[in-house]
Amino acid sequence: MVTSAIPRSGREIRDSVVIRFAGDSGDGMQVTGSQFTLETALAGSDFSTFPDFPAEIRAPAGTTFGVSAFQIHFGGTDVMTPGDAVDVLVAMNPAALTVDVHDLKVGGTVIVDTSAFTERNLGKAGYAKNPLEDDSLARYQVLKFDITKLTADAVKPHGLTSREAHLCRNMWALGLLLWMYGHERSHTIEWLKRKFAKKPVIADANIAALNAGHAFGETAEMPEHLVGYVVPKAVARPGRYRTVSGTEGLAWGLVAGVRAAGIDKMVFAGYPITPASALLHTLAHLRAYGVVTFQAEDEIAASGAALGASYAGALGVTSSSGPGIALKTEMLGLAIATELPLVVVDSQRAGPSTGMPTKAEQSDLFQAVHGRNADAPLAVLAPATTSDCFDIAIEAVRLATKYMTPVIVLSDGYLAHAAEPWRIPQEADLPKFPVSYRTDPEGFHPFLRDPETLARPWVKPGTPRLEHRIGGLERDYDSGHISYDPDNHARMTKARADKIAGIARDIPLQDVAVGEDHGALAVVGWGSTFGAIHQAVKIARDEGRDVSHIHLRYLSPFPRNLGDLLKRFERVLVPEMNNGQLVKLLRAEYLIPAEPLSKVTGKPFRVTEIVQAIRNL
Amino acid sequence: MTVTTITDAQLAPKDYSSDQEVRWCPGCGDYAILKAVQKACAELALVRERTVFVSGIGCAARFPYYMSTYGFHTVHGRAPAIATGIKLANPDLDVWVMTGDGDGLSIGGNHMLHVLRRNVDLQIILFNNEIYGLTKGQYSPTSRRGTRSPSTPLGSIEYPVSACGFALGAGARFVARSVDTMHTHLVATLKRAHAHRGASFVEILQNCVVFNDAVFDHITGKEVAADAQILVEHGKPLLFGKNREKALRLKPGTLELEIVTAGPDALVHDETNRSLAQLLAGLEPPFPAAMGVLYCNPAAPYEQEVYAQSGSATGNGELDALLNSERTWEVT
Repeated sequence: MVTSAIPRSGREIRDSVVIRFAGDSGDGMQVTGSQFTLETALAGSDFSTFPDFPAEIRAPAGTTFGVSAFQIHFGGTDVMTPGDAVDVLVAMNPAALTVDVHDLKVGGTVIVDTSAFTERNLGKAGYAKNPLEDDSLARYQVLKFDITKLTADAVKPHGLTSREAHLCRNMWALGLLLWMYGHERSHTIEWLKRKFAKKPVIADANIAALNAGHAFGETAEMPEHLVGYVVPKAVARPGRYRTVSGTEGLAWGLVAGVRAAGIDKMVFAGYPITPASALLHTLAHLRAYGVVTFQAEDEIAASGAALGASYAGALGVTSSSGPGIALKTEMLGLAIATELPLVVVDSQRAGPSTGMPTKAEQSDLFQAVHGRNADAPLAVLAPATTSDCFDIAIEAVRLATKYMTPVIVLSDGYLAHAAEPWRIPQEADLPKFPVSYRTDPEGFHPFLRDPETLARPWVKPGTPRLEHRIGGLERDYDSGHISYDPDNHARMTKARADKIAGIARDIPLQDVAVGEDHGALAVVGWGSTFGAIHQAVKIARDEGRDVSHIHLRYLSPFPRNLGDLLKRFERVLVPEMNNGQLVKLLRAEYLIPAEPLSKVTGKPFRVTEIVQAIRNL
Repeated sequence: MTVTTITDAQLAPKDYSSDQEVRWCPGCGDYAILKAVQKACAELALVRERTVFVSGIGCAARFPYYMSTYGFHTVHGRAPAIATGIKLANPDLDVWVMTGDGDGLSIGGNHMLHVLRRNVDLQIILFNNEIYGLTKGQYSPTSRRGTRSPSTPLGSIEYPVSACGFALGAGARFVARSVDTMHTHLVATLKRAHAHRGASFVEILQNCVVFNDAVFDHITGKEVAADAQILVEHGKPLLFGKNREKALRLKPGTLELEIVTAGPDALVHDETNRSLAQLLAGLEPPFPAAMGVLYCNPAAPYEQEVYAQSGSATGNGELDALLNSERTWEVT
């Protein structure tokens, strides 16, 4: 928390703040965080959020593995990550305190509900002694409030059961935090009225708790040395904004892409898997937008149904996480062999095998680029931010339909759930790339190639006089009929490779996100590490270091200038949330001594970790 | 989707044949099935461009290449999943799934289960030769116990699955059985399957002349067929034998069938009765094998219900409205 010297109207100014709400799974921390985010957005701040919820659906109350947290980083400028270290931790019970206090800055503020610090809860959290009663939290500013009782008092007039009253505690805490940062409550009040429209008593009680928390700050009840803060508004490009998560960005981008291609239908086939299911859930609501969703019996069938849909002239889309993508491998091979469009979204998670399903990793890059039998190239894209998810999804549809190829989009569990403000595009401003289905029987065969893209024609079954057969068996380059001819197989292998390689001519040149296009050091990233690398490179440059940030959105094929660009740097550092995958692809492709910076803890990079690595070079 | 129908004035069976050379072994039962399917297509006057044959992998899976319709030769066992996607994308297409006992009941057993219970409007034709042919003769999930094969030199110790029993158990609403060489019966059965809206499952006993020759002779042999088969017809008594002198009836006080002399107490076939269908599907010697439509009890097909639901979807279909659908704010 950067503190400015000028206090204004009794409030101190903060350039940016990181708050984490942490509590039991049942304490409503995600809702609290989302509502705080909404009020922050409407107050005009830039922000980045990240939820961290447990894998267990209903973990036993009070346990450390049942702690659910929501972090928001907001401020006036350049908020690109959910924040390295926490300024304010709201810990609703001892388990939340013990799990999350380590991320609190020295001197940071921790707000606790004293009523929750019972002997039983302390025991479940592994505390031998009550940390509120010794000096173990001396490094922090500890605000001890009996939130349970204060909430109970506030909701008393509404005649709730003690359990119902207890469930209002999060709104009390939210009210206090909204006061601390001078945010409004009105949108949360509206939201509570809508959410509990059928239970007005519950709505009123929650509003009473929210107001009580706010009033607690407003009145003299707060400790004297604590004041409210003001966070300046962000300077943003004019336009209409909303909050977007990576999942929403992908879902809407797919819809936008299908419309831009002039395809009347998207068939999205998925199978439940963490953290990819959210995309299926989001798209299941979009029937009115030409989306048919299908929950298949397994990952294989999901990819099969998607490919079948593409064969029939719709856009087939399937989605999963690493273990499920592994099962789709065979169908990807068929999509490559039959040259049909298919979009595959991989929400990567920590692995191998089941691994850590709720934790993020970028370790499916090799699987996406190379993880198939035989020479089976396809296109691979990766969104850099949650708002980039929208654009990347559109681009995936464009490339899949223009080049008649599967395209894998590498998202991850972090991007899927993280959220940030997004300038809402207008459909009229989006690119258009209408597909043309072949209808002319003259000179037709199914593997006739467009001389420029090398793509074969897309024919909808139902088109008269274009009846044809395709399949996984190798086919003759000149007729499309089954062929075991050795030279033909070599020719077809090359044609498939050339087609994907040719995409490099149709995508933007690689740009430099920060810094010069040559110099001492390039930090090269891909995917969700964008924010952390960006901030780190800026800090290093402020320290006078000669360093640039290059971020790849196209991983197969690489942009055509990438090799030349990287060769203009003395050193190349590749931070990745895996054991070194992009770094090996770059070394293999360009014979450059790129160096890895791996993080495989299931958690995103902190800015400081990358800054430190740059300093240590 | 609107489909322009060109006037295929009365196509003959040969018009459903592609220009590809058929490459099954000489004498393979698949030739007879191909002929029967093409005959059925002609009699049903199927529009070629609206017809799609989808297959997995195996000898039977070569089928689409030999048809002049649209065809998709896919991945081992997965044809039901791909066919489901085709129907979701375009319910107007007439889609046939051609599969075998290994493709449909072993590697693709899961997909077969789910496509049947979902009731996707497909004709699913399972060529049962009780052996893996294309991989050179290993025992299959329908091979009888004791089958000697390259992978079971001492004889298979596994119990076989009954294809029709499996389909009924999966919730199929149309289940029939026929034989490759019973041309007229097979054509009629295929036409019934096509008339059925929803998933129709047809098991065809098919002779693999190379790896499992004569495995159905005890049912299909000319000398024994009359006694070893019972041709079931809805509403007709279940009679069999050279002079239709034998009948099936429910053994009093049990849920079993028994063979009796034909008479007024012969059981009458009711193809809407799933329990009876299961009894017929499971008949083994000394009982005759049941042929014909064992079960037919239609319900709305899956894809029809999907699109019926789409009619009640929320949202106005405009992208700009979708993107602005929740809380937004203006930066000036």
